[in-house]
Amino acid sequence: MRSFIKFTAIIAALAMWAALMPGVAAAGETIVIDGSTTVGPIAKAMAEYYMSLHNDVNITVSESGSGNGAKSIVNGTCDIADMSRFMKPSEFSAAVEKGRMPVAHVVAVDGIAMIVHPSNPVKGLTVEQVRGIYTGSINNWKEIGGPDVAIVRITRDTNSGTYETFESLVMNKEKIHDSAEYVGSNGAIRQRVQSTPAAIGYVGLGFVDRSVNALEIDGIVPDRNTVSSGKYPIARPLFMFTNGYPELGSHLHAFITLYLTPRGQEIIEEIGFIPVTNYQK
Amino acid sequence: MAEHENIKQTANIGSRLLMGARERRLRLIGSRIGHTVLIAIASSSLVALLFIFYFIIRDAVPFFRAEGFREFFLSTGWYPSRENPEFGALAIFLGSALVTLGAVAFSVPVGVMASLCLSDILPFSIRQVVKPVIEMLAAIPSVVYGFFALIVFAPALQQKGGSILAAGAMIVLVPLAAIAVIVAGDLICNYIAKKNDRAVRAAVTAGLALSAVFILYRIYGVIDGLRIESGTNALNASVILGIMALPTIVSVSEDALNSAGRELREGSYALGATRAETLVKVVMPAAKSGIVAAVILGVMRAIGETMVVWMASGNAARIPSPWFNLLEPVRTLTATIAGDMGEADHVTGSARYHVLFAMAASLLAIAFISNLISEIMVRKSRKGA
Repeated sequence: MRSFIKFTAIIAALAMWAALMPGVAAAGETIVIDGSTTVGPIAKAMAEYYMSLHNDVNITVSESGSGNGAKSIVNGTCDIADMSRFMKPSEFSAAVEKGRMPVAHVVAVDGIAMIVHPSNPVKGLTVEQVRGIYTGSINNWKEIGGPDVAIVRITRDTNSGTYETFESLVMNKEKIHDSAEYVGSNGAIRQRVQSTPAAIGYVGLGFVDRSVNALEIDGIVPDRNTVSSGKYPIARPLFMFTNGYPELGSHLHAFITLYLTPRGQEIIEEIGFIPVTNYQK
Repeated sequence: MAEHENIKQTANIGSRLLMGARERRLRLIGSRIGHTVLIAIASSSLVALLFIFYFIIRDAVPFFRAEGFREFFLSTGWYPSRENPEFGALAIFLGSALVTLGAVAFSVPVGVMASLCLSDILPFSIRQVVKPVIEMLAAIPSVVYGFFALIVFAPALQQKGGSILAAGAMIVLVPLAAIAVIVAGDLICNYIAKKNDRAVRAAVTAGLALSAVFILYRIYGVIDGLRIESGTNALNASVILGIMALPTIVSVSEDALNSAGRELREGSYALGATRAETLVKVVMPAAKSGIVAAVILGVMRAIGETMVVWMASGNAARIPSPWFNLLEPVRTLTATIAGDMGEADHVTGSARYHVLFAMAASLLAIAFISNLISEIMVRKSRKGA
């Protein structure tokens, strides 16, 4: 009997604790961010910076792909949706049907770099050649000035904004050849390319490092200047979507406009993207 | 006085042993409640299964209603994200089949032989160490296997693919060739010289051995010359899946072999059978149902695995040419469901969402049928035994 009383007491204590928990959490404001794996690093770095300024704000960042980001803002399960493409008409109308009004904020510009193994002698391609590789009309590196090996085409999964941007900027409504290998993230593409001599893949500019070789496209090197000036052909704006324009003076407003501040632009550059307001030059 | 006390006590005990009508009713209700709760708990897994069937089929039906069966089962064009989407899953079905077959071809011989070795050949003390170690393979999370496949195995296949394949082929072919040479040497000697002449026998065997070595060397050269451009392919996924299926196969079939019993083996030895004869002709038939169950469980493990194939198989929705070419990337049902789920929007209720449920329903059907087959086979072999 005594143990039963003890047990009841413990359960009651747990129940009270659980009942109090949401109250504790509600004392600070929570901002939930979900979406693109490309925009995710920006959101994470900004969240870290913002939370270091405001102890009472809790920001969670998930990276589940642009499509999932749009889904979350439509369903109202996030405050900010990171997207590396604009919302599709179907997603937009789904949001409006649910009484939500997605507002786009262009936080940075991203170039999609075509990457190959460092040992590959091919240094540059045209957009048409890249399209030829991915449609399957170019199958061997020797056709474009490389060694006599079959090309291993690597692409992102159809769930990613990078895939959709690549499809619209490069593929021009043509089908990607069915021998293309699909991987789940920018990092995974880079990993596959740096370990596969015959591979070609595409990643956001922020993911290019010394382990892979970024190709010139139409004779233009993908870098900060060529992308922000619009010379580099495979570039895109990166978005954060909110439900309606955030209220002035709210944490959400302060956070979503961070990209306009000097520190916000530094953060964007540190990660390897290009700020929209080119304050330095 | 004392007698009176005695009677009183007896009456007390009696009233404690015999239940009143009220008490009896209470107990009856108690036991009824107990029964009901236990039955409910026992049937909850069945209910869960029915719910899974119901919800998956409910979301799969709209796809077939809108798109029909023809394209899904007979076409290979998998372009779910285009404006005019194509939902041909034939290549994906074959990809699943190919990867599973590859895994089975690798893990079933190795697994069954390992379990024979564990149950009948290795001394008990070593077995006590080896079996838990093999079973530990099952405790490694599948994403770790996938990571290994992507970071270690895929680059290794690209750099030294031919040599790795050749070494693997030799591990299988050399013992087979040795057995073949010895047996063939004996047969030929018996055929040409009826009497047992040692010199002739040695010469014939040596000649056969030399030619076998030459053939093996040529095979080694051919395989060694193969180049693998992309290490994430059906072979990679098959090997890793095979390793993942091993602990299931080894441990279940070892249990079956063990439970065949000591008496059976001793009886066989007493009749003058050798260890090989005992193993192949007595123990294995006795444990047949268990071994079949082990193999089916291993197949189910391979066909249902998602993370490893998503990371290791390359995910190209295309039938390799020729169809059994394990060196080309393939895409499986499970990887497609996992990889395409995020973009497939159920808010807008697209065919792209429902096609994944059509795949899930197909996977369920495959699992259901193979479980049924294994059940039937196990029952049959039990009747035969």
